[in-house]
Amino acid sequence: MATLYRVKRWLADGAHFGIVAAFTIFAAFPFYWMLITTFKRTTDLMNRTHNPFLFHEPPTLEHLRVLFYDTLYGRWLANTALVGVLVVVITLVLAVPAGYALARLTGRWGEQLGIGIFLTYLVPPTLLFIPLSRVVVGLGLQDSLWSLVLVYPSFTVPFSTWLLMGFFKAIPSDLEDAAMIDGYSRLGAFAKIVMPISIAGILTVVIFSFTLVMQEFVYALTFISPVSQYTVSVGVPTFLVHGDVYFWGSLMAGCFIASVPIAVVYNFFVDRFIAGFTVGAVK
Amino acid sequence: MEAVKGEARVLLGAPATRFSYIRDREEWLGPLMLGPAILYIVLVVGFPFFLALYYSVSDITLGSRSLGFVGLKNFTGVIGTTKFQTALKNTFVFAILSQLLVLVLGNVLALALQKDFRGKWLVRLLILLPWVAPISLGTIGWLWIVDSIYSVINWMLRAVGIFGPTFWPIWLGVPHLAMGTVIAVHVWRLLPLATVILLAGLSSIPKDIHDAAQVDGASFWRHYFQVTLPLLLPVAVVALLFGLVFAFTDMTVIYVLTRGGPYDTTQVLASLAFFTGVAGGDLAEGAAISLFLFPLLLAAAIGFLRIARRSEVV
Repeated sequence: MATLYRVKRWLADGAHFGIVAAFTIFAAFPFYWMLITTFKRTTDLMNRTHNPFLFHEPPTLEHLRVLFYDTLYGRWLANTALVGVLVVVITLVLAVPAGYALARLTGRWGEQLGIGIFLTYLVPPTLLFIPLSRVVVGLGLQDSLWSLVLVYPSFTVPFSTWLLMGFFKAIPSDLEDAAMIDGYSRLGAFAKIVMPISIAGILTVVIFSFTLVMQEFVYALTFISPVSQYTVSVGVPTFLVHGDVYFWGSLMAGCFIASVPIAVVYNFFVDRFIAGFTVGAVK
Repeated sequence: MEAVKGEARVLLGAPATRFSYIRDREEWLGPLMLGPAILYIVLVVGFPFFLALYYSVSDITLGSRSLGFVGLKNFTGVIGTTKFQTALKNTFVFAILSQLLVLVLGNVLALALQKDFRGKWLVRLLILLPWVAPISLGTIGWLWIVDSIYSVINWMLRAVGIFGPTFWPIWLGVPHLAMGTVIAVHVWRLLPLATVILLAGLSSIPKDIHDAAQVDGASFWRHYFQVTLPLLLPVAVVALLFGLVFAFTDMTVIYVLTRGGPYDTTQVLASLAFFTGVAGGDLAEGAAISLFLFPLLLAAAIGFLRIARRSEVV
């Protein structure tokens, strides 16, 4: 009886391990493959008799050299970082006060309005990119990173406002009441008491907005044509993939570098994003 | 409360300027803090949306300055084309198949991740990668994996003997295979989000409910289908709604992998709108095509509203 139980237990653990392993491989394999390809010589990559999992020739840094010296990859990273920082600042300026107002100052109709703002997050770029491309031209911002700085908050602000609203609601309002009895104004209580203890929520919004900026593809593809003004998510797939010539080593290096570090940071905040995503369906 | 605050300020001798008056009047402060965000959303989301509506009934193109009213000509014109009909059908096949797979696989994975085991944080990080990495870049990884000559998948399947020596499928070159590949990449991309949402749902189910089912001697399947799944349903609907919105409106995976090919067999509404409106310069027709996505969004929005309302009541 005891052995039967042990065998059953062993089988269940084995199945569990198998499922987790299979999904992990499915999710991570493309990134592992990017990493391997980055360091392989082209003659090694382009030989069909070679086992693609092994290095038949010594590893090389040539693809990385090409990526950083012969393409504008470094520039694209800098462009992305610049747009990212500016969009994060705009997002905070708009979403922090809005989130607080929805949490504390607007009562019942604020809740409806909050859901309304959240829903604008669902409006996809593919519905708006055609009229927005004309708006961008009208403002003289075509082919400029400023067009992205103008438009990107349209998807970072709604979700950030929603996240921050939930965050501020979780802070006991007694804190501000006490501060206001001590002579602070409502605004003063918000700035001096609520903001300092909300650093975690604000950091969440920063990471979330920055990741969305890095991921965005459709607007950047539509608004910008000079290669030097690309962001990394558009530059790599459009400029490094041209015609029938694929620089697989450099391509994969470019994808890996722009993907994995940000994902590691994101991972620390993921539970907070999910709390936002579940729209209160999870208590 | 107001009186107490006022008194406190008098006691502390704070100057009662006009500004400090506003700082305390909550009926003004609320709209003032909310205003900029609302204004921005109205200008950058609301205004272009109405512009899209207007373009769709006009004859605007990239080259011309004319903006004449042509009624529903763009809609009626586009509905009749096989290109559009294929794209519409593809959009539904693509979104519904990928979301079915995501829901089923996401449930399996969430159940597996609910258990504690060593190295769980690393597994979670790796599983989240496809969702966090820029989608256009992750997709290029797949482009290399399914390459027509050097596909590692083909190499592996041949090495273990599943593919014969002459069998070498070109994943993106054959209509059904191309659709299958595009769906697989989309499942890969959206599975992490669904999984973590479902995981949050699973861990919110009170433990005594599971204990009660166990004491009553429910088998694994019965326990899952009659206890866990019904309690998970609202969260599963949220995951599904997000997935559907992202799948119905995304064009990045298709743009990078196939550009709609071969022979438009992977063209969806979003990518067709791009190729018509931006690459082709016919803004009016592009706007009309992308507006076909709007009813779907409306349905999703209503779904979210119902969930949000219900969760407030509970």
